[in-house]
Amino acid sequence: MQALTNRAKPVDRRPMTFMEKLYVPAIAKGMGITLKHLFQRKATVSFPEKKRDFSPVFRGLHVLNRDEEGRERCTACGLCAVACPAEAITMEAAERKTGEENLYREEKYAARYEINMLRCIFCGFCEEACPKDAIYMSETFAPSNYQRKGFIYGKDDLLIPDPKTGK
Amino acid sequence: MTLLSIDWFFIIEKILLISAVLVLSLVVAMYSTWGERKVAAWIQDRLGPNRAGPMGLLQPLADGGKLFFKEEIIPTNSNPFLFILGPSIAMVVACMTSAVIPWGDTLTIAGRTISLQVADVNIGILFIFGVVSMGVYGIMVGGWASNNKYSLLASVRAASQIISYELPMGLALIALLMLTGTLSLKEIVEQQRHDLWNVVYQPLGFFIFLICAFAECNRTPFDLPEAENELNGGYHLEYSSMKLGFFLFAEYINMFISSALMATMYFGGYAFPYMDSLGLSPNMISLLGFAALFIKTLLFIFFFMWVRWTIPRFRYDQLMRLGWKVLIPLALANMLITGGVVLLRQH
Repeated sequence: MQALTNRAKPVDRRPMTFMEKLYVPAIAKGMGITLKHLFQRKATVSFPEKKRDFSPVFRGLHVLNRDEEGRERCTACGLCAVACPAEAITMEAAERKTGEENLYREEKYAARYEINMLRCIFCGFCEEACPKDAIYMSETFAPSNYQRKGFIYGKDDLLIPDPKTGK
Repeated sequence: MTLLSIDWFFIIEKILLISAVLVLSLVVAMYSTWGERKVAAWIQDRLGPNRAGPMGLLQPLADGGKLFFKEEIIPTNSNPFLFILGPSIAMVVACMTSAVIPWGDTLTIAGRTISLQVADVNIGILFIFGVVSMGVYGIMVGGWASNNKYSLLASVRAASQIISYELPMGLALIALLMLTGTLSLKEIVEQQRHDLWNVVYQPLGFFIFLICAFAECNRTPFDLPEAENELNGGYHLEYSSMKLGFFLFAEYINMFISSALMATMYFGGYAFPYMDSLGLSPNMISLLGFAALFIKTLLFIFFFMWVRWTIPRFRYDQLMRLGWKVLIPLALANMLITGGVVLLRQH
């Protein structure tokens, strides 16, 4: 039969020699290997004390962006929710009233904006879909929680602090 | 002081010694679990337990606390009496063997000579043999009483494994006995104190004894009675809480005792090189001797762990073949050759 790849190796089916049947040399060899590993550098990263850097393109927890004057950029167009393959994003739009110009950049804004972090697959499609540069993925991940509802992140969890007031 | 012609000091001395030996074996067994996990981790390039206390040294306490406070489950269809008897036998028997091991030479305190051996019986090795073979009853009774097919299989396996490996173990020992001419462990050690260690005269006998000790302790590669991946943990499948703890603990005590036994019989026990030419006081030498025995024992325990994390488990037919077709003939040959040499040297 013709081999499918050139990586195939024939199996040695010769009967075992006396030394091989003794097993003791093979066991000694194995013990040598484990002894060597006893003193080798350990692969463990002691997590809470030492943290490994994420890759520069890591897609972590979402943030909702504000512009330079601290106004929310999101206009609740819904493109992120449409793009989302996991259907993790829910939003409700509202109209900006007079007097709220310092809060919202456009005439329409998201009154409710929720991402279910248990559904989210962190693909980054929302970030790509957003025409207003309102949603970005940060470099952290969702902390653990005891309840499912703790993983539904609302606007107060997602919005970054106002650059002017700082909260 | 004699009251009712009873030597009260003797009784107090023995009670203290027994407590000390028991505490020692329990503490060593406790920290063997920590050591086991550390060695396993290091061999697998991990760090091992390091959260409870410095270097994870409080880990055994955490494990013990957890086992104590877990829910105790006795299966409905089990035999409750035997179910509790199983781990009790395992534990009691494991603790009993330490009685005849000489932990050191004699100490002289206030004119009294105190032997660091609980009982210097002249049939020490026979006693150990008898008690160790009782150990399997714990596993058998526990496995039977669980009323679970895996546990039952495990207890059957344990019984036949121990029977098969006790034979070569005994035969290997007979060769040693022919050489030393005594069954008392203390005398065996004293002979090695003035001569070379027995392992020099009995390398094959020691090797057979070592392999059988692995089998008797149900340690990998002979841990067929508890084979996690075939029997779901075998005889302790139905056990929970401290009854499970006793089974696990008994295994570690057995390991400690068989390590001490091997150190005593083949590696000079409390004797160490140049011990009589150091010019120290006898008490000091006794203490150093105890330290020497302890270090030898710990090295053996490390060896047990090292093997466990290197060699995979035998298949059952391989286990039986090794026992009956390899070890028994080897032990017989070893016995015959030793006998011949002993006879030749007498004439």
